[in-house]
Amino acid sequence: MSDNGFEPKIVAFLCNWCTYTGADLAGTSRIQYPPNVRIIRLMCTGSVDPTYVLKALLDGADGVLVGGCHPGDCHYQSGNYKARRRIIALKEILKQAGLEEDRVWLRWISASEGQRFADTVSQMTQYLKEKGPNPMKKEWAV
Amino acid sequence: MRARIPVENQDMLAALRGFLQRLLETEVVEAVLVPMETPSGAVTPALVADPALLDAADPLAPVLGLNAARAVGPVTIREPRGRIAAVLRPCEYRALIELVKLQQTSLEDLVTVVVDCPGTYTVPDYQKMRANGGVDRSALLAGMRTGDLASQAGYAFRDACQICENFAAVAGDVRIEFFGADLSEGIPVVLADELAGRLGLEAAPEDGRRAEAVDRITRSRIQARDAVFAEMRGRLEKEGVEGVFAACVRCHNCMTACPICYCKTCLFKSPVMEHEPIQYMAWARRKGAYRLPADTMLFHLTRLNHMVLSCIGCGLCTDACPADLPVGRVFRTVGQQLQAVFEYVPGRSVEEPLPLITFREDEWLEMGEER
Ligand code: SF4
Ligand code: SF4
Ligand code: SF4
Ligand code: FES
Repeated sequence: MSDNGFEPKIVAFLCNWCTYTGADLAGTSRIQYPPNVRIIRLMCTGSVDPTYVLKALLDGADGVLVGGCHPGDCHYQSGNYKARRRIIALKEILKQAGLEEDRVWLRWISASEGQRFADTVSQMTQYLKEKGPNPMKKEWAV
Repeated sequence: MRARIPVENQDMLAALRGFLQRLLETEVVEAVLVPMETPSGAVTPALVADPALLDAADPLAPVLGLNAARAVGPVTIREPRGRIAAVLRPCEYRALIELVKLQQTSLEDLVTVVVDCPGTYTVPDYQKMRANGGVDRSALLAGMRTGDLASQAGYAFRDACQICENFAAVAGDVRIEFFGADLSEGIPVVLADELAGRLGLEAAPEDGRRAEAVDRITRSRIQARDAVFAEMRGRLEKEGVEGVFAACVRCHNCMTACPICYCKTCLFKSPVMEHEPIQYMAWARRKGAYRLPADTMLFHLTRLNHMVLSCIGCGLCTDACPADLPVGRVFRTVGQQLQAVFEYVPGRSVEEPLPLITFREDEWLEMGEER
């Protein structure tokens, strides 16, 4: 474990029905998790266009978390299955493009998994702390 | 079945024009979408209803300035429409198939005529050739027969053509086959029996050298392609996408030329990408400096995400780039990798769904479940 004083910034795109509610539960149950995450609520992971994730990564985030319902539980039936493919494509493109794909995390977290949400944010924060700041943050020419 | 289009005086162009005229005269179709030579010598697709005007049709002009799949969309997309034939190069046919899946065009009432392609020149090169002694078509036809294909001295095929391994007509309602063909007996053509009957064409044997000629060219194109892929992978690894596209002037030509980038409401032309003045200040302060126009890497990365799985490698993006950036090479290189992940071959079949609109429940099961 390293503590270099660097506090990563995480942008989280969470679906309203599962992960956002899970995050809310973590809050109301007073489960502790690092304050590094900025939450953006969406109706479904199916509406996460890769552009949003990329914009965050190119303009200041150290990591992006996409959180949705477990497979089979999507409120709109198949939004998360499509999101899964999109994130796989996005990560592969980032890899090919010489960018760090491990700054993008996809996690299925249900409305009742407040603890899992808190754990995920802690893990991701720690991971990014060790990894260091996103080099894109300082690249003015992107 | 396989038949032969009759040829007189070894004039291949006249034979093809005659074939297209037959399509009109027998009322198989009401118009033909085909490259035409304009009175001033440029080549452009046109929808031709008058058989007499097909004397200016030039499906063999080795130039590609735009992907004709783009032109097919507006004339087929909805009823009422005419019955038309579209004469296409293999990369144009593949783009058409992708556009069908993107719901931008329809195969209804459409007869696709796909012609074997030796490779094409850019518009400026083609103009130069015409002005300086002409375009040697017989050398191209001879090269297609033997598989020993070379561009005209002093000129190179378009960047994409040099690494195009899918240049042979392998799909389409009508396939016109020049590779390996002994044209003295006519131009080999593959089409449905019923259509052949209507056009008065009789079955003819294959002369057996097509596979050999196609193989030979395929091998050398794949070799060239893999060298380009390796070089591009090296560059992307070293410089990143921001290095390769560093000189981009954000004209959006690559997107405009791309047959797959069809969105009328492209995100990058929409208010979503118009930020508040104060936002630019915030970014400039945060990074110290901020490249303008904004979101240049975002543009390229978004385009990769939105359409690289459908990239059929026509290379028109590269030809359209005023900064001479290897846009098509990037898309083909990244595309090959990504298409393999989803086991997708763009342009092959309308039966294969676009990877990002479909899914299987039982795939990538570990993804998202990490503890
Ligand atoms: S990309 Fe292939 S099919 Fe298209 S013009 Fe070039 S060689 Fe012909
Ligand atoms: S990205 Fe370039 S090579 Fe690929 S389909 Fe579009 S214009 Fe053709
Ligand atoms: S055509 Fe070239 S300069 Fe224009 S936006 Fe595309 S990559 Fe940039
Ligand atoms: S509603 Fe949660 S992923 Fe679709």
